[in-house]
Amino acid sequence: MEPIVKMENVNKWFGSLHVLKDINLEVAPGEVLVIIGPSGSGKSTLIRTINRLEPIQEGRIVVDGVELNEDLRNVEAIRREVGMVFQQFNLFPHMTILDNVTLAPTKVRGLSKEEAERKAMELLERVGIADQAEKYPAQLSGGQQQRAAIVRALAMEPKIMLFDEPTSALDPEMIGEVLDVMRELARSGMTMLVVTHEMGFARDVADRVIVMDEGRIIEEGPPEEIFSNPKEERTKNFLHRILHH
Amino acid sequence: MRALAWMKRNLFNGVWNTLLTLVTAYLLYAVGRAILVWAFTEARWQVIPANFRLFMVGPFPPEAIWRVWVALAIFLALVGFTAGVVVRRRYLGTAAAVAGVLYLLAFPVLLPSSRLGLLAAAFAGGLAWLLAGSIAPRLARRLLAPVWFLGTLAAIQVLSGVPSQRWGGLLLTVIATFFAVVLAFPLGLLLALGRTSKMPVISLLSTLYIELVRGVPLVTVLFLAWIMVPLFVPEDFRVPQLVRGIAGFVLFAAAYLAEYVRGGLQGVSRGQWEAAWALGLSGFQTVVFIILPQALRAVIPALIGQVIAIFKDTSLFVIIGIMDLLSMAQVVLSNPKFLGLEREVYLFVMFVYFLGAASLSFLSRRLEAAMGLGKR
Repeated sequence: MEPIVKMENVNKWFGSLHVLKDINLEVAPGEVLVIIGPSGSGKSTLIRTINRLEPIQEGRIVVDGVELNEDLRNVEAIRREVGMVFQQFNLFPHMTILDNVTLAPTKVRGLSKEEAERKAMELLERVGIADQAEKYPAQLSGGQQQRAAIVRALAMEPKIMLFDEPTSALDPEMIGEVLDVMRELARSGMTMLVVTHEMGFARDVADRVIVMDEGRIIEEGPPEEIFSNPKEERTKNFLHRILHH
Repeated sequence: MRALAWMKRNLFNGVWNTLLTLVTAYLLYAVGRAILVWAFTEARWQVIPANFRLFMVGPFPPEAIWRVWVALAIFLALVGFTAGVVVRRRYLGTAAAVAGVLYLLAFPVLLPSSRLGLLAAAFAGGLAWLLAGSIAPRLARRLLAPVWFLGTLAAIQVLSGVPSQRWGGLLLTVIATFFAVVLAFPLGLLLALGRTSKMPVISLLSTLYIELVRGVPLVTVLFLAWIMVPLFVPEDFRVPQLVRGIAGFVLFAAAYLAEYVRGGLQGVSRGQWEAAWALGLSGFQTVVFIILPQALRAVIPALIGQVIAIFKDTSLFVIIGIMDLLSMAQVVLSNPKFLGLEREVYLFVMFVYFLGAASLSFLSRRLEAAMGLGKR
């Protein structure tokens, strides 16, 4: 099958800092890809290049058949098809949860207010926070906010979902409720790229795990192989640190 | 008893504090007594009622005064309509009470026709409030902007039956403040966006303008606008003084507003931009729906502060010969009948400015409280 995300020889610098080095990556439709690695290894930057929150200096990125380049129309077309969930939720604090969710479908997709609200309520129901629809983000717990943020992205009916450490800012007791939503989403066949430190989630849900270090993909493979039989010394060290702390 | 204990603890603990308390108390007593004695025995307050019309509307021709009442009725109707749409009911009681007290205070001073005019205008406001409450909220909200636009045009049209050279007093101060604020706001917004823009030319020009205007006194900008504005219109068209004066204020205030808004813009986290972009919103949509609402909310106190500053600074109109409230004081004092009554006249003018500024300030706090809900 044709890959839905394709990165070829991607290089990126922050000033003189070389943060992505010769990245080659293909993601198949419906695949759940988990990206792990020590902090500062370029995981977040990698997924942020896919909807061009971070521009790249070298290489090609093709998303759903559209090449990402300077052309703003291409960028906006891709962003419509790629949902993103952030570590800090980034809900819009001046809008109710319902308005957060319906904003993009009405303004970008041109849905009617009624249609967008009907769909929003369905999705909020699915993640268990329909009763919070009229509240403002600040009135919700972290876990509820992150679920709302996932719904906000899903309301655009994206083909790909990017998760940038979605549980790292959460209190431990709320991590589970967010991971459950992500598990369900993975089962429904969504293409997902997930940067996370939740190794349990990676083991259960990922089709493939890639390990990054110092801007490079150093190892990739099915989760059972990566976790029980890593080839690279650096992967072993990283897994040792994160699993036995 | 608790009061006594409090005083002993805070005012009379030790020799020095006791001494300080006594001296302060005596000074307060002496000054307060002098002022009160003056206000109730010597002051000749008759100068205020005798010139009340002059303070309120300046040399506006008495036979055309109905135009002011109609304009006021339109204005209050606009305010009432807006209140009906956005303000919760419990504040309306406060507003009505304040208006009632002011009305009773002014009652003995007013001509019978003015008593009626004020009542009629207040009635128009109440009616508009009821109207706003009776139509669908979403529709009312959508009507807000066009209603204000048309209403303002209508009010100005009605007033224009009298040439603007004959507008004066509080009427002129309010009109000038209103238009200065309404016009300076969009300009300030554009300048703020311009200064934070990534395009170097736009950013440079905006920065240059803002720093230039903020680097010179308001009076010079007023003079400049007064001299320069006629250069930009055909020679045979005489630009009214008032328009030139307001233009000066707009140019000046926009630079300050821009800096406040910029502060607000920079306070919105980068994550908000990214979240909006990631949803596929365009740059324009991101600014309008996500960034500006948060930025403006954060700087409401500063923005209203600027409105109050404009309101008070219109008193500088004296210098370019526009007859605002303060220059009415000079007109009254130059009348031989009222010679030597500076204290009464200026105290009254101060009081009127204070009333205006205080109610704006009150409004600001209410607005903050009402909008604070969605903040994190």
